[in-house]
Amino acid sequence: MDWSAIFLTLRLALVVCATLLVVGTPIALWLSFTRWRWKFFVESIVALPLVLPPTVLGFYVLVAMGSNSPIGRWYQSFTGHGLPFTFEGLAIASVIYSLPFAVQPMAAAFSQVDRNLINASSILGASRLRTFLRVVLPLSVGGVITGFVLSFAHTLGEFGVVLMVGGNIPGVTRTVSIAIYDHVQALDYAGANRMALLLMAFSFVTLSITYSLNRRIWAVWPMHR
Amino acid sequence: MSPIIDKKRAKDALRALFAIAAFFWWFPAQADAAEIRIAAASDLTFAFQDVAARFQTQTGNTVKLTYGSSGNFFAQIQNGAPFDLFFSADVGYAEKLEAAGLTAPGSIYEYARGKLVMWVPKESKLDLSRGLAALLDPRIRKIAIANPQHAPYGSAAVAAMRHAAVYDKVKGKLVLGENIAQTAQFVQSGNADVGILALSLVLAPAMKDRGRYVEIPPGDYPPLIQAGVILNSSRNKNLANQFLKFLKEPETVALMERYGFSIPSDVAAAHRGGKMSAPH
Repeated sequence: MDWSAIFLTLRLALVVCATLLVVGTPIALWLSFTRWRWKFFVESIVALPLVLPPTVLGFYVLVAMGSNSPIGRWYQSFTGHGLPFTFEGLAIASVIYSLPFAVQPMAAAFSQVDRNLINASSILGASRLRTFLRVVLPLSVGGVITGFVLSFAHTLGEFGVVLMVGGNIPGVTRTVSIAIYDHVQALDYAGANRMALLLMAFSFVTLSITYSLNRRIWAVWPMHR
Repeated sequence: MSPIIDKKRAKDALRALFAIAAFFWWFPAQADAAEIRIAAASDLTFAFQDVAARFQTQTGNTVKLTYGSSGNFFAQIQNGAPFDLFFSADVGYAEKLEAAGLTAPGSIYEYARGKLVMWVPKESKLDLSRGLAALLDPRIRKIAIANPQHAPYGSAAVAAMRHAAVYDKVKGKLVLGENIAQTAQFVQSGNADVGILALSLVLAPAMKDRGRYVEIPPGDYPPLIQAGVILNSSRNKNLANQFLKFLKEPETVALMERYGFSIPSDVAAAHRGGKMSAPH
């Protein structure tokens, strides 16, 4: 069993999920409460990674982070190394790739919160932040957890983007899915099978826990309603 | 409908998740000084597992191997991939990196010439003695070669098929592996009927007893001169150097020979004469 790949993958998934909570919550909030006419453009951008091939995303992330881009140069100027082929680069790419998996369930949960409660909170003098923390968040915590778990599971299984941006470096960017690919190429089917089974079992358990936790809040299957 | 989630517990769970995430975020990325990262052409997949293991037990240092196609590594290294050593199946890539100032000057070491073979699974009835002309057999549906755009063994396979005047007739049957190891996997798994592979892969235990092969005459394709080079960005040039030296030791050379990597005396000469394969 390739423990360094397993540990790395868990670390990546947790970092990505934590970042997504911070980045995704404001986006989800804005999406659920804004009345801006062109909101659907933002919704489309957030959902893009759902439909784009990972190679398209990986290619643009690679170009955007490379030493020929302003972002890449700026990053290099104060860390001394580029973003591609590093854990940080991988984390950034994965955050973009998993964005819809975090934002969509959160936005769905936020918009189900009774507006009267939010208005009441405002009328009673609570600030927006306080209203969010004391009213909106507690009522939509299931959606937030769903977003967290889905983006976690999605990052675990990510392959194309990791391959393009990460460069398959042991202990740095070789995640479980890449390690499986490597095992197959080295004709080590037993090794590939062990890792694949582990990933499958883990993903299944993660999803089962999520769905059992909050079927009411964000149903993937219509019959759950 | 009663709420299914206990909100207090959910909040606690959320807090715990945050704590775990924070732990992993700040957990120090491993930065082991006595460690080298090697980008190795896929034809080394089995040979270098062995070599690296011996190097590790002998010196106590860690070797981290990444396999892939030489052309792919060439592109990645130009984009700053953090490897210490690069072993290319085509010395041309190493020389291009040297010309770009990305290697430690004078560190290119040509350790072998790669050999191209045609391999079929045991069950196959293909008559390999006919050489590449055997590819014209109508029973063959898929021929696996490495991607000629960035894998040296792939471009050598195309050259050999052109030399045998079969390329245009079998073009439609080709399936392209990302690198030569994946190409081998395509045939070894029975998904392709025949493969044009590296000798070093078919001699490995995982393939040896699973099929038959015939060597393609070395004159039929541009020489696959294998070369290792230390990269300029390496933070551990001493250890990289030590690994190159280890490769030159007679015992390691003998080990590499068992995997089909021998350094014919004419390799260096042929190369100096300018007859190297041009990288794409």
